Amino acid sequence: MSANYKTIAKDGLWDNNGVFSMLLGMCPAMAMTTSATNGFGMGLATAVVMAASSLLVALFRKLITPEVRIPVYILIVAAMVTLVDLAMNAWMHELYKVLGLFIPLIVSNCLPLARLESFAAKQPVLPSFLDGLFMGLGFTIALTAIGAVREITGNGTLFADASLLLGPAFKAIELRLLPADMGVLMMILPPGGFIVTGLLVVVKRLFDLRAGKEIQMGGAHSVA
Amino acid sequence: MRDFVLLMIGAALVNNVILARFLGLCSFMGVTTRIDTAAGMGLATTFVITVSSMADWAVQHYLLDAYNLGYLRTVTFILVIASAVQFTEMTIKKVSPELFQMLGIYLPLITTNCAVLGVALLLVEGHMSFIASTLFAFASSVGYSLVMVIFAGLRERLVLAQVPRLFAGPPIAFIVAGLLAMAFMGFSGIATS
Repeated sequence: MSANYKTIAKDGLWDNNGVFSMLLGMCPAMAMTTSATNGFGMGLATAVVMAASSLLVALFRKLITPEVRIPVYILIVAAMVTLVDLAMNAWMHELYKVLGLFIPLIVSNCLPLARLESFAAKQPVLPSFLDGLFMGLGFTIALTAIGAVREITGNGTLFADASLLLGPAFKAIELRLLPADMGVLMMILPPGGFIVTGLLVVVKRLFDLRAGKEIQMGGAHSVA
Repeated sequence: MRDFVLLMIGAALVNNVILARFLGLCSFMGVTTRIDTAAGMGLATTFVITVSSMADWAVQHYLLDAYNLGYLRTVTFILVIASAVQFTEMTIKKVSPELFQMLGIYLPLITTNCAVLGVALLLVEGHMSFIASTLFAFASSVGYSLVMVIFAGLRERLVLAQVPRLFAGPPIAFIVAGLLAMAFMGFSGIATS
């Protein structure tokens, strides 16, 4: 892997993490993180859509004129989302039922569109595909982290129902860390989503500070 | 009549689009630095959500259901929404050039506001009549605007507050939003929808 690809991977997974640095795609990051398993599933679905749509946009980037690019991007993402939606309904039905509304809503997730506009529209096919993939995986990590914190504090479990939602192979990662009556219900409810996300942004800043990097103050102003 | 009132209260306050359903968070975090822009954004989004929900209802019933094209729902709805946003943009430009100036870049971005698509999809799942779904969409977007304005007011104060450097900016805004969500949980029980 050359240095360039390394930067793409590092950018997507940590430095420019979609949720904790750019603050994009917040809706599923809070709505679908009541448990680590849900966050993981939601993140993976988004990653597939991002990798596929980045690949397609990069492939056709010379044909798409600037004036019509946004509608074209949205349609490409919508087509990919429809594929993921149908595939999950067929093969991962339990998970599909849990994620429900938020699978079609990947279309209006700002993260894929932001990456298409700022990366895939200008770069060759392979880097674009990797950018979409690693941004998506970074998103998965963020969602799993938020979900894990909320699940442990709210319910005392980690990856509960993983075997049910993801397949029997995941039985081993189902854990109970705290007794059931120690959970703080508030963390599973909507307020917990906001508070945990805020605290995890602080945690990322702490790590960045330790590594001698500047804290990224912005983020909230990049609306999409 | 009573059903409709309860439906609207439920959509606006109890199951608030932003604080309970987590839809439209990008604009919630992005455009709420000043009360007037937040109010303008709320107004424009209310218009888009109401108009596009009506159009989406018609598309769902007369096109997708009639010809058994359910799998095309995501693609068609996003097209309908994009056209509704374009229509809103032209209307606002004609009716109120000041508001158009103020909203600027945020107007076209309503297309990717998940509250719009989210409400439309919720309506399909709810199997509501045309009147009920229009009222639901309108009430939902009123709830959206209300929370946008409240949060903008909080953030205007937050700018003046002394916040630890690590928490400055987005993190403290998230925590404040969490407290606001807790406050809105007080509405639960008034109406269910």
